[in-house]
Amino acid sequence: MAPPEVYEVAVLGGGNAALCAALAASERGARVIVLERAPRVFRGGNSRHTRNLRCMHTAPTDILTESYSEDEFMTDLLRVTGGATNETLARIVVRASADAPGRMRRFGVRLQPSLRGTLHLGRTNAFFLGGGKALMNSYYAAAERRGVHVVYDADVIGLQIHDGRFESATVRINGREQQVRARSVVLAAGGFESNLEWLKEIWGDAADNFLIRGTPYNTGTVLKLMLDAGAEPVGDPTQCHAVAIDARAPKFDGGIVTRLDCVSLGIVVNKHGDRFYDEGEDFWPKRYAIWGRLVAQQPDQIAYSIIDAKAVGRFMPSVFPPIAAASIRELAALIHVPAGTLAATVERFNGAVRPGIFNHEALDDCRTDGLVPNKTHWAQRLDTPPFWAYPLRPGITFTYLGVKVDERARVALRGGPAANIFAAGEIMAGNILGKGYVAGVGMTIGTVFGEIAGREAWRGVSSDASASQTGHRAG
Amino acid sequence: MRADPLPVLTDATVKSQHEMTVCNSCRYCEAYCPVFQAMEERLTFTSGDVAYLANLCHNCGECLYACQYAPPHEFGIDVPKTFSALRVESYAAAAWPAFAAPAFRSPWTTTAVALAAGALASALAARTLWVGDARVAFPAAADFYSVVPHDVMVTLFGIVGLFAVVALGIGYRRFIRSIADPNIADPPSPLRGFGAASPVGAAARDALTLKHLHATGEDCVDAEEKRRPWRRWMHHCTFYGFLLCFASTSVAAIYHVVFGWVAPYAYTSLPVVLGTVGGLGLLVGPAGLFLVDRRRDPALTHSTQASLDAPFLAMLFLTSLTGLLLLALREKTFMPSLLIGHLAFVLAFFVTLPYGKFVHGIYRAAALVKFRRESNH
Repeated sequence: MAPPEVYEVAVLGGGNAALCAALAASERGARVIVLERAPRVFRGGNSRHTRNLRCMHTAPTDILTESYSEDEFMTDLLRVTGGATNETLARIVVRASADAPGRMRRFGVRLQPSLRGTLHLGRTNAFFLGGGKALMNSYYAAAERRGVHVVYDADVIGLQIHDGRFESATVRINGREQQVRARSVVLAAGGFESNLEWLKEIWGDAADNFLIRGTPYNTGTVLKLMLDAGAEPVGDPTQCHAVAIDARAPKFDGGIVTRLDCVSLGIVVNKHGDRFYDEGEDFWPKRYAIWGRLVAQQPDQIAYSIIDAKAVGRFMPSVFPPIAAASIRELAALIHVPAGTLAATVERFNGAVRPGIFNHEALDDCRTDGLVPNKTHWAQRLDTPPFWAYPLRPGITFTYLGVKVDERARVALRGGPAANIFAAGEIMAGNILGKGYVAGVGMTIGTVFGEIAGREAWRGVSSDASASQTGHRAG
Repeated sequence: MRADPLPVLTDATVKSQHEMTVCNSCRYCEAYCPVFQAMEERLTFTSGDVAYLANLCHNCGECLYACQYAPPHEFGIDVPKTFSALRVESYAAAAWPAFAAPAFRSPWTTTAVALAAGALASALAARTLWVGDARVAFPAAADFYSVVPHDVMVTLFGIVGLFAVVALGIGYRRFIRSIADPNIADPPSPLRGFGAASPVGAAARDALTLKHLHATGEDCVDAEEKRRPWRRWMHHCTFYGFLLCFASTSVAAIYHVVFGWVAPYAYTSLPVVLGTVGGLGLLVGPAGLFLVDRRRDPALTHSTQASLDAPFLAMLFLTSLTGLLLLALREKTFMPSLLIGHLAFVLAFFVTLPYGKFVHGIYRAAALVKFRRESNH
């Protein structure tokens, strides 16, 4: 790294929100440094694994169908958060989302209409051509063109904050500690979902069996430093977004391919061979997040989705092969579940299935009667070999704990808003998304608040500068 | 009985199957090119399926740079590189005669042997004339047939050309059988059903415009976030240069056989104009592709595929160069040496056609037709 110099804006983090902030500041003329903890090949935080962002629009565009109004977007946000949202900030995000695609394109981002597998999002979500890593490549290239100083492998381990003012960050780069001084700072370093110790503090030993769907670099260091420095927290510190994913996924960075879409087509049992929840309660995209928590509550945090040959081809292919057997008892042996219990569970289930017309596209009338719990839709007898099992574990996507901000993205400290500390992305998403999730909204929050944070960080610096210049002239 | 030309599950096949399984659960790349659209039509991948997808791939870099699972991620997804290795294997597997398949593994040796054979053959062809004909020492200006008689030239190139066509044809047939759906006993000929609106017509447009090197409306990347048209343009120079040279020879043959007009032809005549423009294309295109290859990210292409390029480009370039020199210096007394040299390159070029990079064109065309046919369903 270059010899010590003072930047106007330091951005801590290297994902979508960080780059949106860096670009917003640099396009206004700021000298910006981006401190990305990951090496270059894994840059981009969890944005690497994303695919789209939700945005309102009043008329069809080249990439979005029909319209998605401000009110509808707000209603969706209020519904999924159950009201756990700052409506002022939420409305800022919703309104600004209308301009997001245009802004993104100015930085070289390429968007595409949604294709076959994702048609249900074609009205509400703009898709990044090639996905989130391609998005981040475009942003980093734009940042480099504009002279933003990007440092990889830069681990922020300390923040020097005095009287609500950020002065410098202590950064470990290639094992050497350095001070990075800047006149304002944007915190965009994500949540703490890949900090296994922190997760264990909350969930105990169960956390050992959690898989982290995204980057291993979101350890919440900056979040913790800020909270210790007196930032007001927001969002439930014990909550995370957890999805039921394939238990064979890597510990980190498994991303999208570890999802399993077959739960609603069969039954799910725990390690004792017992069912524990209605697999057909609603469409899978509306239930996959509930299943992460459900599996986390089962013994050893493991469950098995069991389907028969009738389900094959009805769900997205999975990256890991199914565990297959010609009978339920053989299958039980392969997944180490008591064969007698599993056979009895399947037998009871088959006996309880009421006649109906199967339709996976609708909440059909195929259900069971007299079971605890019942399966209320898509219940079909498991009677056609081969029988397939997919093991499930909780896959953690993100955490809700963050720092409180105002509409200018200023971080709220105990004594009032910080003078030159701003936040964007997952580290402040809890202001808007107190709980729940709706596809693509994390990227919308990061994009909108990244822009606000970068702009405001620069505005503070430039008005300081003009004020001091004026002062000089007056003197 | 149907012989399977790809009976062995090679490393490249197994790796391709792994990568397509990961890709098919992700699908983020589906808007880039037909490879991913064709992939989505399948739940599992036979060796034929991956050979088809590999030959549909135009070896740009979009999907590698966009991939969240690219090396060093433990899934290690690098579709351009893996498919480039598998393509060479599919060329070798389809080669006829089968004992010629190792030629794909030693492209420089193959080229050198072919050149030596070509030089010998053209020298012998010329030598038949040396015996008892004083004109050889001082041939009439630009009189090629005084060096190698027309009949000898036609016979020699007829045999070599026929061999190349037969070998390519058999290879093509083996290839389309290897990528056919095993559930269909007798795959339809990819050439069935012509016309602009037919799958063949659509695939021809895809091939002639290299559509899938700029399928999104912009050129595909050849390095991270670098979209440059050079690879496409240089390929166009090469391909259309080759076509023009072919047209030149065909026109000259018609002049000779139908009208009895014997070479040499004037510099303003159709065969010479076609040949000159085509020849220039074959200098610029291969030289350009060579330079594009040199600065290409090695992560995009497997070494076995990359090593096929240089000998083929060199042969195109040198065949064209010797042809243009022959044209420019055909009045000179050393014309016979130039002619023999040029004929050696042309002979070697034709002999190596079925055993080098040239085959990518016909196999890719077959894959494009198959893709268009599947899309019509």
